[in-house]
Amino acid sequence: MNVKIFCIAEVVILFTALGVAVLRGLTGPVFFPVRFFAVVYADFFRGIPTILLIYMLGFGIPALQLSGVPTSELFWGTVALILVYTAYVSEVYRAGIESVHPSQNAAARSLGLSHGQSLRYVVIPQAVRRVIPPLLNDFIGLQKDTALVGVLGVVEAFRQTQINQADTFNFTPGIVAAVLFLLITVPLTRFTDWLIARDRRRRQATGVLA
Amino acid sequence: MSDALSLEGIRKSFGKLEVLRGIDLTLAEHEVVCLIGASGSGKSTLLRCVNLLEPIDAGRIILHGEEITGRAVDVNRVRRGIGIVFQSFNLFPHMSVVRNITLGPRKALGLSKADADARADELLGRFGLSDKRDDFPDRLSGGQQQRVAIVRALAMQPELMLLDEVTSALDPELVAEVLDVIRELAGGGMTMLIATHEMSFARDVAHRVCFLDAGVILEEGTPAEIFGSPRQPRTQQFLQRIVQAGRL
Ligand SMILES: Nc1ncnc2c1ncn2[C@@H]1O[C@H](COP(=O)(O)OP(=O)(O)OP(=O)(O)O)[C@@H](O)[C@H]1O
Ligand SMILES: [Mg+2]
Repeated sequence: MNVKIFCIAEVVILFTALGVAVLRGLTGPVFFPVRFFAVVYADFFRGIPTILLIYMLGFGIPALQLSGVPTSELFWGTVALILVYTAYVSEVYRAGIESVHPSQNAAARSLGLSHGQSLRYVVIPQAVRRVIPPLLNDFIGLQKDTALVGVLGVVEAFRQTQINQADTFNFTPGIVAAVLFLLITVPLTRFTDWLIARDRRRRQATGVLA
Repeated sequence: MSDALSLEGIRKSFGKLEVLRGIDLTLAEHEVVCLIGASGSGKSTLLRCVNLLEPIDAGRIILHGEEITGRAVDVNRVRRGIGIVFQSFNLFPHMSVVRNITLGPRKALGLSKADADARADELLGRFGLSDKRDDFPDRLSGGQQQRVAIVRALAMQPELMLLDEVTSALDPELVAEVLDVIRELAGGGMTMLIATHEMSFARDVAHRVCFLDAGVILEEGTPAEIFGSPRQPRTQQFLQRIVQAGRL
């Protein structure tokens, strides 16, 4: 079961994360909302503890009893994993994309390739080759965290025995915990990004060459 | 006959640094113009502006009668007609030589693989690179890489070539093979704007030489005028330093 979750999640994440990374790299004021969405997404899902999100989605969504929505805990647990790891992996991709020297993009654009074509044929192929080691690292983490989805079943069994528990799922404690975590992790990631950006500006200021 | 390229009052700043301060320059069809000037005088910036890799702050650029600095201009279409070759080659390291050359024709011009390959093979043969066709760039010498970069630009069949110090990153013994390629292009009637530190090459190949100083073209003329009897003190100083460095 875990292996199946892992395989499905991995394939989905490889694509969604690349999408988020590409959105975040779009330049120009027109794309501000998309870029903003990508930043918020990455901050949010890197900020929440995985177990918390799995717990909230895995129990929460089925408990809402929405029509036309799968009620399986495993399904929602897997979705939670995908959401979280997409955020991590998109950051890995982003680092890879930024590590490709701007002159490569300039060379591609000078041939008349569009921004998208330059990304697709020149920048992303080089970026992906460079990030394979950290990518594997993240997938080791994913592999381990699939076990958390398995825990849902156990916890569920445990919950059934608690008579004093209301029969609807209570989101509040989970949301409070999530907010607390975000209060700490989001400023921290912003600070890290700022440090990286400052470092890059300094290096560019010293080494401007066509 | 309309001019191949016309620059009118080009200005460009990076933050507070004003790099180009009103450049006026016109190239006729088949003309070869060399830009000389000290490091940091704005030669690379000017070439990047012409190729629309850098947006300009003021002025107009007119290519074959069409203003390409207007708002509604499709930059990708404009760039397809202009070849640029950089000091640092900028070949795509993850592609073989032939893929480097066919990428533009296939993706930007929409040529079939067979047509693009044929075009690449013809050019590789012409410049003595046929045996490197399937090698990756890191297996080539600097001179070979730069010749491939020139071929890559030529494969788009541009009407104008911009060359930015294409021999500066090369070992001295590799410079000649690259300059020979450019001479051949000039002989074939290619319109070219060339930034260079190779004064003897500029004297040899250029129809006209422009001395760029502090963001303006301070002096221009035939190679004989510029190298033989420069009028401006700044030009004289610059050439003197070059002679002292043993490069003329
Ligand atoms: N992207 C950029 N951001 C900030 N400053 C830049 C940028 N590109 C160039 N400059 C600055 O513009 C000035 C002109 O640079 P440019 O590369 O055009 O000179 P150059 O004449 O080509 O010099 P060289 O002979 O060394 O190649 C330099 O002071 C450079 O630091
Ligand atoms: Mg330069």
